[in-house]
Amino acid sequence: MEKPESQVDKREIKLAKMPPGMEGQGFFATTLDSVIGLARSNSMWPLPFATSCCGIEFMATMGANYDLARFGSERMSFSPRQADLLMVMGTIAKKMAPILRQVYEQMAEPKWVIAVGACATSGGIFDSYSVLQGIDRIIPVDVYVPGCAPRPEQILDGVMRIQDLVKNESLRRRNQPEYKQLLASYGIE
Amino acid sequence: MALNNDTVISRLNETFGGKILSTELSADFLNVEVAADALKEIAKFLRNDPEMSFIYLTDICGVHMPEQKDRELGVVYHLHNLVANYRLRVKTWLPVTNPEVDSVTDIWTGANWMERETYDFFGVIFTGHPNLKRILNVDHMEMFPLRKEFPLEDSSREDKDDRFFGR
Repeated sequence: MEKPESQVDKREIKLAKMPPGMEGQGFFATTLDSVIGLARSNSMWPLPFATSCCGIEFMATMGANYDLARFGSERMSFSPRQADLLMVMGTIAKKMAPILRQVYEQMAEPKWVIAVGACATSGGIFDSYSVLQGIDRIIPVDVYVPGCAPRPEQILDGVMRIQDLVKNESLRRRNQPEYKQLLASYGIE
Repeated sequence: MALNNDTVISRLNETFGGKILSTELSADFLNVEVAADALKEIAKFLRNDPEMSFIYLTDICGVHMPEQKDRELGVVYHLHNLVANYRLRVKTWLPVTNPEVDSVTDIWTGANWMERETYDFFGVIFTGHPNLKRILNVDHMEMFPLRKEFPLEDSSREDKDDRFFGR
């Protein structure tokens, strides 16, 4: 929470921005949506699904220079059961498609998907009989990061856009008919 | 120990006669074209004969030449005699209507996956193979993608404008 100006530390520790609400002596009241959104968006557990060169860029993103940990995502979840964010980085061959889909289905709600790089987004240069022409043919995607391969800054930008979604979407988004319809259009559930 | 092209050609010709269709030198390696029905016997000879001893099967690959009538599909066996360090290619051609050739899996065990791959991409049927099914492509694929009549591009793309691809 933001402190009064007189108490701000000289080192200016960056804290998450306080959601709008009612403040008074010893209390602060706001909506449950925004508190949960705030907490979720700053503690995303990504599941890296790295199949090729974009995965190498992702490793740089996780490294000390770019440091995804600054956004609360330093904890990679290699179990889909505990992950919030599926990061698909690299070419997905058609033979890999059912595996990716199974990983997505194993993730618990709420879950988000980011397609990193041209291949995951559209098949990229591999317009070929063996390559899936974009992962949105098998699972719904929230954010696309273009590039071949995207620089770590771009991946960070994609993650920040996911954070915006997480922060601002309704807690009940996953119960909305549109969302159910979307999943049904992919034949999930 | 030294094995040379002349020895291989003469040994093959005296053992199999008319089944050796042609021999040629290409890229410093001897190429031997053999009749498909004799391929297995020739392979057995090349593997087991003490002088030949091609104990190592480097690779099997396929070729599709649609303009060659009744011999459209080729199967190329790359053999290696590790003792003499001598390599040999054995080719056989099959009609695309009935692309069947004997499997060599019981001669070189390593041929198993190579033949599956050649089946996967060219549709060559290796009779006697223990498990002839697709290996690299998705199981439900209905084409043999490296045959020339099948398009390499993914057929499900709608966003490509032909004008920008010179078509």
